[in-house]
Amino acid sequence: MKTTFFLAFSLSLSSWAFADWLQFRGPNAAAVSTDAQAPADELKIAWTADLPGRGLSAPIVVGDKVFVTCSSGPGQDTLHVFCFNANDGSKRWERAMRATGRTMSHTKTCVAANTPCSDGERVFALFSSNDLFAFDLDGNLLWLRGLTFDYPNASNSLGMSQSPVVIGKTLVVQSENDAESFAAGHDVATGMNKWKLERPKAANWTSATLFKGVAALQSSKGIVGVDPDTGKTVWNYEDGASTIPSSVVSGDLIYAVSKGITALAPEKGSVTQLWRNEKLNPGTASPLVLGDHLFVVNGAGVLIKASIKNGDEQWKLRLKGPFSGSPVAAGKRIHIVNERGIFQTIDPEAPEGRVTQEIELKETVLTTPAISGGAIYVRSDAKLWKLQ
Amino acid sequence: MNSHAMKLTFAFLLLLTCLPLSAADDLSKPLEALRAVQKEGQGNEAASKAWQEITKADASNLPKVLKGMNGANPLAENWLRAAVGVLADEALKAKKMPVEALVAFLKDSANSPGSRVVAFDLIQRADAKLGEELTPTLINDVSSELRRHPVAKLIETGDKALAAQEKTAAVLAYRQGFDGARDEDQIKTLAKKLRDLGQEVDLPTHFGFLMSWKLIAPFSNADRSGFDTVYPPEKELKFDAAYEGKGKEAKWVDFTSKDEYGKIDFNKPFGMEKSVTGYAATDFVSTEDRPAEIRIGCKNGWKVWLNGEMLFARDEYHRGAKLDQYKLPCQLKKGKNTLLVKCCQNEQTEQWTVEWEFQLRVCDATGTAIVAKN
Repeated sequence: MKTTFFLAFSLSLSSWAFADWLQFRGPNAAAVSTDAQAPADELKIAWTADLPGRGLSAPIVVGDKVFVTCSSGPGQDTLHVFCFNANDGSKRWERAMRATGRTMSHTKTCVAANTPCSDGERVFALFSSNDLFAFDLDGNLLWLRGLTFDYPNASNSLGMSQSPVVIGKTLVVQSENDAESFAAGHDVATGMNKWKLERPKAANWTSATLFKGVAALQSSKGIVGVDPDTGKTVWNYEDGASTIPSSVVSGDLIYAVSKGITALAPEKGSVTQLWRNEKLNPGTASPLVLGDHLFVVNGAGVLIKASIKNGDEQWKLRLKGPFSGSPVAAGKRIHIVNERGIFQTIDPEAPEGRVTQEIELKETVLTTPAISGGAIYVRSDAKLWKLQ
Repeated sequence: MNSHAMKLTFAFLLLLTCLPLSAADDLSKPLEALRAVQKEGQGNEAASKAWQEITKADASNLPKVLKGMNGANPLAENWLRAAVGVLADEALKAKKMPVEALVAFLKDSANSPGSRVVAFDLIQRADAKLGEELTPTLINDVSSELRRHPVAKLIETGDKALAAQEKTAAVLAYRQGFDGARDEDQIKTLAKKLRDLGQEVDLPTHFGFLMSWKLIAPFSNADRSGFDTVYPPEKELKFDAAYEGKGKEAKWVDFTSKDEYGKIDFNKPFGMEKSVTGYAATDFVSTEDRPAEIRIGCKNGWKVWLNGEMLFARDEYHRGAKLDQYKLPCQLKKGKNTLLVKCCQNEQTEQWTVEWEFQLRVCDATGTAIVAKN
């Protein structure tokens, strides 16, 4: 009896101990799992769930729940939010709403392009149509916004994909485009605007990163650090940045996708540039930092390892590309899925880097995996997989 | 709120007063809370509580919740749609979907198109066979979305007839489908099938594209400043006037599109200019005062005025264009209505930035073309 109780308690504790993956690129938007338990070296498909619509949005994981968004219908007007049971892939709940903003996009992307995020109590789902929904973890609708309904010129005919982040009690949302470009801080409880900032009028598909409690908003102009409570500028880097791959934070630095990679040390009121390597050019995938090294996937599908101390390259490893999604990491492994659905695991400590496993998912995959509880979650336009 | 929305709102309020007191008391307040949601999150807090109340109600309330969508704004519709989803899941699980009431709801075209689309979806989920039986009745529905189902069936029917070498039956099915179709993908499919069988298809009339315009250009759009510059056509429409343009005189010319998707191409009369602004003007004679939608597709910066009132302006270049890219609700007056379109070309020189054109049609809210008297 004691043994049974102890076992149940241990299992319960271990499931609570799993680190959640709450947003695009997980903890701190840094793409590295903070789980004590990394996925196994040899992964298999634990389960597959069918999805009724398209999506470039990544899954997120809160406890034993996996959340995914999709868009469906001839005009991609139907917006779905799903909650699956992480243990067996069974559907816990689904909500279907309707786009109130424009749904036009390039054929490669779709309306479910922005990855949802969570504060652990609520799930916030943003779509390219600028529709924003907040649910509790049981699927109760808490609030909604139609940001193009509110701000009618806020749209991009190619589609938008900036993923929101939660910092404290503020949900930071970006809707940056050529016509009516803004970022806003929403009260997580009500959805009301806490602040709204005018942003550079230019299409932008990058997502915010989190730097010491500040929202780092990237655009073609550079990266601005914004106080999530007030929307006020804390620091501002103005030497330009990419509008597709997002920058990454590690320790006290931001590795900005700016003229290659530029290492920045922002402080209140100033930003110090530590180094720049113009040859570290990410393609679509965003970079990540694992240990003392930076990893960049360039437009040719080559993974480049570089030192975070000075940006010097250490090796290059050609992967099977092309890639739309970004790499993620856990323990001593990097994981990435190419557009043809080939999931690849890389040992970055091998002398020249080494692909340790490939899994053919046999579907087009344009998104970034999520990691939680020793498992990796990947989605396509039709399926959600758990690899364990 | 337009007159149709006002009528639907009135019908909704009337329904509440006609319902048995206990039933109306049950959900009328929470439904009103959802319907009261406005822009910028106004009403979200009350709606959140109301949503919980509604989703705990019995599934027999589904038609009542659907009624709440009548005349509701798109935000309120989403609150209600999500609530319907929860009730429907419970009803399906308990096999208690009020199918008969939903069929009555679907058949009542006084209910909003959005709510009837949801009702049909619920009927299909609860009783697929009944959904099949109802499908042909939707071919002339006011909802373009509901029309998709019978149009798809007619395409199937035509294909089967063709496979059986019954050309007359195939043409009949395809023609019925084409006449009923409102969505571009189905219209394109059917137009091709009909043409392959030697049938004539008039796409500009079907869509309601405005094909004949007067055009004037080139005014400057250097540094994209032309978008906000008020050039003479915004002050006066004098078709015999000439103005100082960018490097040359700007004069009005007659232009009739030969493109069956109604593209009005400034490059044709004015050459492939860059950093320029042009205007297009035409009259639309309406047989009555009525609500309408002006739908425009354009990958250049543009503004549209109807009878001197600006409907919308879009400062975006070469991100893509498609049919019905922008839907601009408006009110046509009986008689002559003047449309003015400003179309700006930017400085980009890539091959995919050549287009300096727009496509515009006048239709009702469901996409059915409104035929001009002129």
